[in-house]
Amino acid sequence: MRHSINLTRLKQADAHDLDRAREKLQSVKKQHGDLAVGGAATAGAAQGPGRGLMSGTNSAFVKFSEVQKTYDGDTLVVKNLNLDIARGEFLTMLGPSGSGKTTTLMMLAGFEVPTNGSILLEARSIDAMPPHKRDIGMVFQSYALFPHMTVEENLAFPLKVRKLGRAEIEPRVKRALERVRLGGYGKRRPAQLSGGQQQRVALARALVFDPKLVLMDEPLGALDKQLREQMQLEIKHIHEDLGVTIVYVTHDQSEALTMSDRIAVFDDGIIQQLAPPAELYERPQNAFVAQFIGENNQLHGKVVAMNGTTCKVEIAGAGNVQALAINVDAVGRPTVLSLRPERVQLNPTPGTLPNVFSAEVAEVIYLGDHVRTRVSVCGHNDFVIKLPNSEGLVRLEPGAAITVGWKTEDCRALDAN
Amino acid sequence: MVTMAVQIARGPDGMPLRTKLARVERRRKLRAFTLVLPLLLFILIGFVLPIGRMMFNAVHDDTLLTLMPRTTAALSAWDGADLPDESAYAALAEDLKQAWAQRATGAIAKRINYELPGLGSQVTSSARKASTLSAGPYKPALIEINPLWGRQDVWSLLKRGSSAYTAYYLLRSVDYQYGPNSEIVASPPENAIFWDMFLRTLGISIGVTAATLLLGFPVAYLLATLPAKYSNLLMIMVVLPFWTSLLVRTVAWVVLLQQHGVLNEMLLGLHIISQPAQLIFNRIGTVIAMTHIQLPFTLLPIYSVMKTISRTHVRAARSLGAGPFYAFWKVYFPQTLPGIAAGSLLTFILCLGYYITPAMVGGPNDQMVGSFIAHYTNEELNWGMASALGAILLTATLVLYYVFNKLVGVDRIKMG
Repeated sequence: MRHSINLTRLKQADAHDLDRAREKLQSVKKQHGDLAVGGAATAGAAQGPGRGLMSGTNSAFVKFSEVQKTYDGDTLVVKNLNLDIARGEFLTMLGPSGSGKTTTLMMLAGFEVPTNGSILLEARSIDAMPPHKRDIGMVFQSYALFPHMTVEENLAFPLKVRKLGRAEIEPRVKRALERVRLGGYGKRRPAQLSGGQQQRVALARALVFDPKLVLMDEPLGALDKQLREQMQLEIKHIHEDLGVTIVYVTHDQSEALTMSDRIAVFDDGIIQQLAPPAELYERPQNAFVAQFIGENNQLHGKVVAMNGTTCKVEIAGAGNVQALAINVDAVGRPTVLSLRPERVQLNPTPGTLPNVFSAEVAEVIYLGDHVRTRVSVCGHNDFVIKLPNSEGLVRLEPGAAITVGWKTEDCRALDAN
Repeated sequence: MVTMAVQIARGPDGMPLRTKLARVERRRKLRAFTLVLPLLLFILIGFVLPIGRMMFNAVHDDTLLTLMPRTTAALSAWDGADLPDESAYAALAEDLKQAWAQRATGAIAKRINYELPGLGSQVTSSARKASTLSAGPYKPALIEINPLWGRQDVWSLLKRGSSAYTAYYLLRSVDYQYGPNSEIVASPPENAIFWDMFLRTLGISIGVTAATLLLGFPVAYLLATLPAKYSNLLMIMVVLPFWTSLLVRTVAWVVLLQQHGVLNEMLLGLHIISQPAQLIFNRIGTVIAMTHIQLPFTLLPIYSVMKTISRTHVRAARSLGAGPFYAFWKVYFPQTLPGIAAGSLLTFILCLGYYITPAMVGGPNDQMVGSFIAHYTNEELNWGMASALGAILLTATLVLYYVFNKLVGVDRIKMG
């Protein structure tokens, strides 16, 4: 139920999605000047909302249709999943552990069998197709490099399996190694490489046989932060250069935001929201997504009036708040207001904002580029404001009485989960 | 600057830091050494010394040198071409008289009997008669007493006794012996049993190792891949016999395999065979029982290596396009090799030393080197032969280990 509601909402958001994607593509093309990105571009141009949102058509490159998965016969790990992935797309499945994202990936790879529903690859069902016939490259968190083979032998493995001649294997292995900037490392064993190098070899191995689709299961999870950020860009650039379709699983939101064309936020076996990164951050569709992506202030209240796209929410003992009605059903129902910390204005000029409340500073934390201020407002004392450390920054002391305010469109009334 | 450096290098009590560090380190090392000392002593006394002594016994025998000192001394000048002269006979008569008086003739007789079978009793009887001889010339008198003293091979043997070291036992162990003139010749067919025995030991060990590998590998794979609920149960089934006495298990095989044993009765009942098959007291029984006993030794190292192989390796191979068998053979199997090497080496070396099991379920033609060592030690009290066979077994094992190390690399082995 919940998912179908989401789907309709997603369809409403299509026009907007498309614009964002086009913008993104344009900027990508400008940056790299590479026509190989055209995979995603043509899909986008030809299909309208061509990133696979048109359920019911055969246009999707990968299509999950009514897929369910249970391991024990009691609880569904994946609940009624419908998801279309376009050719050339970089789709990230993001969610906390146990949310069903890895199971979904494993079903696509062929290592798990859906309990119900079916998965289509290029409009053909792959339910009965064993993993080695699917032609899907895969990168694992543990790298899964074969320790008894050299780097070159690891890379040649998928080519040998495909019975390619030596004359063809050698240049392809060489090219793949150069693509991940490991040209001189072919004769080494995986154990002689650092974690980052091993992961690059794993990446090269998943790409060397030109698969239609590459799956990545938290590939950067074992690396340190700096290396991870570097690898994120590398993967992103490889994706843009090759135009290969990538399905990426992670629980790290910044990773997802950095690389993806679209992000599917998983929780409890359901896709909570499927949207491009900016959309996901700016316009979360429910309380879980708002909370999971980025920092978020939550105010609990009750809807007292609905007025088209906006609504009035009463916060007990504090007054009424004007908010966007995103995920509220009717007057009288409880709701959670979601508000990004950087969208809160400190001591606004009276009369400019519809929502202004008096508050008391509880804690001030200096973080270099910004100052995090925890204030007590509307009966909530975990309300956070981020103030950029720019000219005119007001120095606040704990205990100071201030006013805070925000725009209606920055405040989203979501489901009270 | 100099004073600074000196100040830095000294502790607060003025002692140089280097000395202080050395003192602390020495105390720590001493404490560590004290902990391993009991084991070190145990290994030295219980293992290194006896083995060294055994290796020494294989080439050392001073029976003739100590019991017949005059004869062996007189023979040092003998060229061995013809019978020795009167002085040697006089020395012999003197030695025999003394041996008779000291009741040491038995040891001499036994020693001579090793190399020249059947002469032992004649030595004893001639010693008794020689004790009555009062005056020379001794040469005709002794030959008169017993013609054996006129034999070239007997005198060659006595001359070899002038050295405390002999290669006789080692030669015998590989089917060679000394000829009448101390030259090395092949043993006569009735004595040439050891080469076959070594080959048999090797053959049975290889066969049992191969059988445990074939049976153990799939079980180890199951153990490593089944969910814990089942694999724990299976593991108990594997190690339970492992904890049972070797003797009990061997006897159990006697019960199962004998002429009217469980297996034969079952096969007869199912009309698979019309008369009882000979399953025991032959090679089949030996290999079956030894395979059963050795199975855990092969299986457990393989299992422990398989446990460390990540499941994602096979998954990765599958996603790269390899079919189930290809992925297993090219990705999984090569990673189990250290375990296979460890398990087979362990089983093979243990098999080389088997003796109770072949003695109980094998026939006369299935006895391995261990049985012969036990026979010479316990029944014939011929410690020279026992030591020589043991030394050859030990050396062969070390050589095999060395070759194995060259081929596989012991550092790649994982015992678990």
